[in-house]
Amino acid sequence: MLSQLRTLWLVFLHMFRRRVTVQYPEKKPYLPPRWRGRIILSRDPDGGERCVACYLCAVACPVDCIALQATEDEHGRRYPASFRINFSRCIFCGYCEEACPTYAIQLTPDCEMGEYQRQNLVYEKEDLMISGPGKYPGYNFYRVAGLAIAGKDKGDAENERPPVDVRTLLP
Amino acid sequence: MSPVALGVINVFGVLLVALTLAAGLIWVERRLLALWQDRYGPNRVGPFGLMQVLADMIKIFTKEDWTPPFADRPVFVIAPAVIMVTVLLALAVVPVTPAIGVVSLNIGVLFFLAMSSLGVYGVVLAGWASDSKYSLLGSLRAAAQLLSYEVFMGLSLMGVVLIAGSFDLRSIVAAQDRIWFVIPQFVGFVVFLIAGVAETRRLPFDLPEAESELVAGFHSEYSGMKFGMFFVAEYLGIILISAMITTLFLGGWHGPWLPPIVWFLLKTFAFIGFFILLRASLPRPRYDQLMAYGWKVLLPLSLLNLAITAAVVIAIHGGR
Repeated sequence: MLSQLRTLWLVFLHMFRRRVTVQYPEKKPYLPPRWRGRIILSRDPDGGERCVACYLCAVACPVDCIALQATEDEHGRRYPASFRINFSRCIFCGYCEEACPTYAIQLTPDCEMGEYQRQNLVYEKEDLMISGPGKYPGYNFYRVAGLAIAGKDKGDAENERPPVDVRTLLP
Repeated sequence: MSPVALGVINVFGVLLVALTLAAGLIWVERRLLALWQDRYGPNRVGPFGLMQVLADMIKIFTKEDWTPPFADRPVFVIAPAVIMVTVLLALAVVPVTPAIGVVSLNIGVLFFLAMSSLGVYGVVLAGWASDSKYSLLGSLRAAAQLLSYEVFMGLSLMGVVLIAGSFDLRSIVAAQDRIWFVIPQFVGFVVFLIAGVAETRRLPFDLPEAESELVAGFHSEYSGMKFGMFFVAEYLGIILISAMITTLFLGGWHGPWLPPIVWFLLKTFAFIGFFILLRASLPRPRYDQLMAYGWKVLLPLSLLNLAITAAVVIAIHGGR
């Protein structure tokens, strides 16, 4: 009986504790920079799109929510003609970001993507592209990897190292 | 104003206020429970979330009112009405202030006890008519629990009746002019409080419903407004028991400085808050514990209280 009265009293005292509820829409919780939220396609520091349409993200995606179509420009540079992510399927696992060789596809700390119509959750390329380089400010894939142009193969230019033969790295 | 008009205003005023309070208690309970669980509770709809009640009412009125095909239809329909009617009738005898109060019966206490006994029918019929095992188990528990706690509920009141020398609730309140009955009748007060919690089937004595064991107990099969009737009747029951405790033990409308209505509402709301605090803090006992506690502790206690009170009253007044 006494312990029950004590319980009543202690529960009553909880009235004066701090609330644990976060009043969400007014007070946003902190999302860490590595938060896996809305997926974006980033650009090089000089403005060109990073994606080379290698399909690795689409392959890595466990729920098959990424669909893209590769094409080439006049210099033979691959880029996606269309890039579509169905966010009603996406599970925000981040495998696409891990698979991407050019840091093009990135997950951002934004999770407010509610829609009234399911179709609106299908994001096209223009919805995904951003104007900046995202999480990797100075990075340009072709500066690091080298680029073959007419009359010059990778590593043939002055002060350019030949590319690593990936077969030597195999176990 | 003519007495007839006054009576009509009284009847509908009390009915309206009671029903509004019962609906409002849904919000009050959720906010208070949240308060004691370090949360905010519903605070979005309207100022302080008050419009939540309105939203809930719109929702429950527009819900499908479904009667299961296996249910005993007439009884199934009448059961929620029985509960509602008995609680509202019992509320009629509560004297709120010298001017407010629906009827002044000279057997007010007995009428209240009779109505809360009749309320058992609603619960039992609901469980029986639902024809489902959880409902039946719930109503069996309800029948046993309510009938047992009825006994000492009545006995615990008899001390008050002995001191006041009347079954009329107005005379009982008048008899508490100098000293509230909670002091000479403290045991009776405690027993009545516990029995009252059991009578309204509130936590920690909510075994007839017992969500974790019986789905929702006797009203498992109910939906829509029929479920709403049980819901509102439960809150009306809380108001009724709180008002009765106030009337019988805490001097009703008596109190210094403030007007009588304010005192009555203050005391009643204090007990409503206490009921919710009970729900927030205490776990549900096992069924045999509930019965043993009732018959082995509360019944002897209330009998002893009655005998001692009777002896003291006779010693003072020399047996009228």
